Amino acid sequence: MLTGHQTWTFDKQPVIQATATVVGPYEGKGPLAADFDIVHEDSILKQKSWEQAERMLLEEAAKLAIENAKLTKEDVQFFVGGDLMNQIISATFSARTLGIPYIGVFGACSTSMESLAIAAMIVNSGGAKYVLAGTCSHNSSAEKQFRYPTEYGAQKPPTAQFTVTGAGAAVLAAEGSGPRVASATIGRIMDMGIKDPNNMGAAMAPAAVDTIQAHLKDTGRAPGDFDLIVTGDLAQVGHDIAGELLREHRVPIADTTFHDCGLMIYDRERQSVWAGGSGCACSAVVTYGHIMKKLQQGELKRVLVVATGALLSPLTSQQGESIPCIAHAVCLESGVI
Amino acid sequence: MANQQMKKTTQVQRKYQALAKGKEPPRPIVLNCIRAFVAGGAICVLGQGIMEAMVHWFDMEQDKASDPTVAILIFISVLLTSFGVYDKIAQWAGAGAAVPVTGFANSLCSSALEHRSEGLVLGVGGNMFKLAGSVIVFGVVAAFFIGILHHILGGGAH
Repeated sequence: MLTGHQTWTFDKQPVIQATATVVGPYEGKGPLAADFDIVHEDSILKQKSWEQAERMLLEEAAKLAIENAKLTKEDVQFFVGGDLMNQIISATFSARTLGIPYIGVFGACSTSMESLAIAAMIVNSGGAKYVLAGTCSHNSSAEKQFRYPTEYGAQKPPTAQFTVTGAGAAVLAAEGSGPRVASATIGRIMDMGIKDPNNMGAAMAPAAVDTIQAHLKDTGRAPGDFDLIVTGDLAQVGHDIAGELLREHRVPIADTTFHDCGLMIYDRERQSVWAGGSGCACSAVVTYGHIMKKLQQGELKRVLVVATGALLSPLTSQQGESIPCIAHAVCLESGVI
Repeated sequence: MANQQMKKTTQVQRKYQALAKGKEPPRPIVLNCIRAFVAGGAICVLGQGIMEAMVHWFDMEQDKASDPTVAILIFISVLLTSFGVYDKIAQWAGAGAAVPVTGFANSLCSSALEHRSEGLVLGVGGNMFKLAGSVIVFGVVAAFFIGILHHILGGGAH
């Protein structure tokens, strides 16, 4: 229930009964490859368009998550999902295939935790027994919509990020065993006037910092209470800035491990991803694949996932507008004591 | 009103932008220039080679040989774009791959490929010049004005 200014604490402690992650070939060559359920060899997934391929990723992740939870589609009351495409087509078209009552959300790359927070709220309030939360992104469809045609030879600056091809889904249950969703902080929009769509890490860092501080203030916790505080897709540039801002604001971030999903998913030495990963799937597959496994094993006890989103469109950046950014934080706790 | 507010950056924003600027890894401008010089030069040498070959083996005159040369370069560029190689070359070569005629062919071909899924007419036809269109528009406009200047300043018509 409402704690402090903008945080929900879930007294019924919704359980993440199962998760599933599906990724593309480039992510499959990264350091977290072993944590993903399905790694596709081919980034178009034998579909006719990038958009269809992206949709396919989410459908697979959603079906697998339900299967892993030992449920059927009929058992799940609601599906909360979103993605990066115009009119969130990947999530809606997947919901058409799944046939589960659906709530579409858009928070750009923060959609992963936005959907999880809403799903947890629904379960916690008794609105459902099982809720599915999921999101996806595809490198090529994102390039096509936000940047240039995929085969166009435009040189990218070192601040650019590489959109993750993949999808992550989680089934939340009112009871059971597994990692729990303890609380969630809904972020506010932050805009520091950054206009460069090739430097989204710098645009999003203040939103991440604002949400982390809000979560700590609302819950009365310190960074030392978490085993890991991980941001969604700030990548190298944004991660450095966020660290510096937190130190400037006297948040003892050194007491915990502060990391970023966009830096975890790729090996920047070997893979040409510039500053790091981005996209809805970035935080989704790292959280539902890598972090979830560590929570289940009890290796991590309490984790704060702060998914960051740059709420720009190609239109607004061409019109010279700055990039409004948001971050949503979800606190996950291991069921293992 | 909203617009006026947006234009006025606050002190906090300015301070943050200075911080962000400092954290930005610099673009390797000198390296990019060297690479562009090498790659662009290599493409031009290739073009010159093809042209010389036309003159030598196909008995073409120097000025007639340039048309098939351009066509061959465009063909190579389209082939490399279709095999998904050109964008990787361009990431390394930068302007060296963008400025020559091969870069222009790449912009057309990549747009056509990308929008193939939306159909032949509205997809390929409507989007093919999405990137190259502005090159043509400004090229034609510039040529028009240069032509007028050339005429006035006494060059006369050729």
